[in-house]
Amino acid sequence: MKVIFAGLTGLVFGIGIALSGMMNPAKVLNFFDVAGQWDASLAFVMGGALIVTALGYRLVWRRSKPVFDDQFQIPGSTRIDRKLLGGSALFGIGWGIAGFCPGAALPALGTGRWEVVLFVVAVIVGLVLRRVLDNLWPARVPQ
Amino acid sequence: METAFTPFTSFGGGLVIGLGAVLLMLGLGRILGATGIMSGLVLPQNRSEAAWRGALVVGMIAAPGVIFLVSGSMPQVNVPVSPAMIAIGGVIVGLGASLGSGCTSGHGVCGLSRLSIRSLVAVPTFMATAAITVFIIRHVFGG
Repeated sequence: MKVIFAGLTGLVFGIGIALSGMMNPAKVLNFFDVAGQWDASLAFVMGGALIVTALGYRLVWRRSKPVFDDQFQIPGSTRIDRKLLGGSALFGIGWGIAGFCPGAALPALGTGRWEVVLFVVAVIVGLVLRRVLDNLWPARVPQ
Repeated sequence: METAFTPFTSFGGGLVIGLGAVLLMLGLGRILGATGIMSGLVLPQNRSEAAWRGALVVGMIAAPGVIFLVSGSMPQVNVPVSPAMIAIGGVIVGLGASLGSGCTSGHGVCGLSRLSIRSLVAVPTFMATAAITVFIIRHVFGG
């Protein structure tokens, strides 16, 4: 049941991404191009998603545990460090170069476009690269 | 490439994205972060977590097909970016989102809606670097 539920959740999320325009890099890049062909649509995506999630999470957390699991797993860290800042800054640079982010690219795989496949493979390379860096300099990149 | 301003469908898409995030919290008690889900599939630390993550991604990938069945057309994916830029951007996205512990879905939707201090720092950081990157590419280099 848990796995089926996860699949349906992915479907809902993916339909939202598709409707929103997030899987269209032309639209995403225009959102960031305030000085050029600005398309403010994606601010409405964030607005809609935040309203539902902020309210929905609070309702869900009235339960003692999730339906198909023993406990809620919510990141508790409050540490603001160079890794968070540098990683986020890098992520934005990559997003601004390619126009895709991971949450948009995964559902976009379903369109069968080779550009999306290329992007997802490149993201996987980046994830592996991070793991390699961790292994090379475990002290510098603490978990 | 000009794109149409679509406040209503983008807001609607955002509501559905939020619903996906809430469903995952209700069912499995997890944050819906695309980078974490990808990372958990490609570099699994815990095999029992791979099944629901895999199902979630399969559901996401099915979304464009479902939209095609209902509406008769695939969601738009216009990529005004060269293959080299997609690949470079993708690697930077993977590395950055991994170091920064999240991307648009994990920090942007889930983190902001629960007022995580790390997400409140991460999101403005990556939005700013994305906008600066697009500005440099389009208005400094004239790409």
